[in-house]
Amino acid sequence: MTTTSLNQTGILVLGEVRSGIMHSATLELTAKAADLATKLGKEVATLLLFEDLKSDPAILSHYGADRVLCIRHKSLYLFDQEIQSRILSRVIGSLKPDIVLAPATTSGRTIMPAVAAILHTGLTADCTGLDIDPETGQLLQTRPAIGGNIMATIRTPDHRPQMATVRPKTFPVPDPDRQRNAVPEYIEMPEAVFVSRIQPLGMEPASGDDVNIQERDVIVSGGKGLKKQENFEMLRELASLLGGGVGASRAAVDNRWIGYPHQVGLSGKVVSPRVYFAIGISGSVQHLAGMQTAEFVVAINKDPESPIFKVADLGLCGDLFDIVPRLIQTLKGKMEGSI
Amino acid sequence: MRIAVLIKQVPDTDDVRMDETTGTMVREGIGAIINPLDLNALQAAVDLRSINGGEVTAISMGPPQAEAALREAIALGADNILFISDKRVAASDTWATARTLVAAITRSGPYDLILAGEKATDGETGQVGPEVAAMMDLPFSTYVSGMEFNGDGYLKVKRTVEDGVELQKIPLPCLLTVLRDLNEPVMPTLAGKKRARKAEMPLCDLESLELSPSETGIAGSPTRVVRIFYPQITRTPMLFKGKDIEEGIACLVRELENRAILGGGN
Repeated sequence: MTTTSLNQTGILVLGEVRSGIMHSATLELTAKAADLATKLGKEVATLLLFEDLKSDPAILSHYGADRVLCIRHKSLYLFDQEIQSRILSRVIGSLKPDIVLAPATTSGRTIMPAVAAILHTGLTADCTGLDIDPETGQLLQTRPAIGGNIMATIRTPDHRPQMATVRPKTFPVPDPDRQRNAVPEYIEMPEAVFVSRIQPLGMEPASGDDVNIQERDVIVSGGKGLKKQENFEMLRELASLLGGGVGASRAAVDNRWIGYPHQVGLSGKVVSPRVYFAIGISGSVQHLAGMQTAEFVVAINKDPESPIFKVADLGLCGDLFDIVPRLIQTLKGKMEGSI
Repeated sequence: MRIAVLIKQVPDTDDVRMDETTGTMVREGIGAIINPLDLNALQAAVDLRSINGGEVTAISMGPPQAEAALREAIALGADNILFISDKRVAASDTWATARTLVAAITRSGPYDLILAGEKATDGETGQVGPEVAAMMDLPFSTYVSGMEFNGDGYLKVKRTVEDGVELQKIPLPCLLTVLRDLNEPVMPTLAGKKRARKAEMPLCDLESLELSPSETGIAGSPTRVVRIFYPQITRTPMLFKGKDIEEGIACLVRELENRAILGGGN
């Protein structure tokens, strides 16, 4: 590893590459890190671990990475928490950053705690706010707990690095600045680093309906008011017209109308889409916790007293079996008209 | 097969209501339950024991009231309980919690398998499991939604992740954090409830764990909470009903167009 400007690295970002594709959270987090690093007067390094990468890692410099560090190895083809944790620990050991950030994805939330435990430092999970304390230069990490009903701001005063995982889609991805350029540095590591007790056997990609709803810009969710499994077809149609995914309340999942991966809420997924439809969902705290950060919330429910209307931007109060088909017809009409 | 299950007592969030005027959660008078995903972990342990023999130990740390959760763990099939209750562990962050649990696991072990829920419904960090594994240098996996044990010293696990399901083979001893689709936790039996009532509930303190006060509680926590606040989550909707539904739909379509969800392309 190059040894120039080692102590300049204020922030190390662990990027995420899955199946050769760089996750958008990598750009988002690199850009946020660049903001924070400016306040510290230090540099940002983004680390990518992969076997194969379909995009040019240099683009990270357009989003604020002063250094782009790449480790390419055949054993990084499938996710291996033991190897990735070991690599991250080693890179932290040589760069000695003040701050280490990773997306709060399943991978980030798996590797980061293992590394924090070994390095004996603090780690804050699933942050939705990050700032630098102007007085101490410490990282202020704000995160929701109990489904966003409580927010806590957390610091790591005496241990280094300060580590945090950050919920994807929390910060905007800025326009790329093509004036900023860094040549990706490929780092060699001893073969022993890639030895693992875990044997990754394979990966079955989710398809169609099962694609992770957390990645969707639009989510159409149904609850108890849908009454039966077949009625979710209507929501699938609405979702597909809007290029979205289908979500559900816990009641709908408990009734086995739809699978658990679709469950939104405290005991399911926390989502933050641009538009969220809550259809036939009364809005328990359990559910609200999973969707209240959506940009625009549409509620369709027959009971005007439903709590869901208190967190909605637009409410349609009436029979969903009347309203949803009319909405679908209207949307179809619009689309035909626009072709 | 000796199995440890890490259990946390959490507020029963199904009970939670919203304060109409402040728009924040009402926390007074909420019951406590075993963290739902920990029930899946416990069920997996009980299922493995029924096939392979051995014993299941539920380990928890918390205030004296958390005893109820541990009794429930007995009712659900745990053979032994290890309950760390000591004022000096209060307010531990995830690092200090993991350090304390490691002391309890080491003292009561060795175990072939350690199981925990992927995260708790209150803190939602999901960090303690991987931290325990890393401190003990155990292989571990997370987000486990399926497991298979063929008696050959390995577990085959399915991990449900963002873009699909990963398959991994892991040697015992190891630690796994589990998801809800792993199994269907059963209700306690009458015999189980009876056993739970009679069960001894010895409390462990730091001395019995040979843990220094500097390694746990606030003193052992690298992180500090600087500020807590209660965000307002209420919004003011444009509400349409009755004859106005048609207008509401039109308004919604305009919103979707303005947000480039519709017509504007992506």
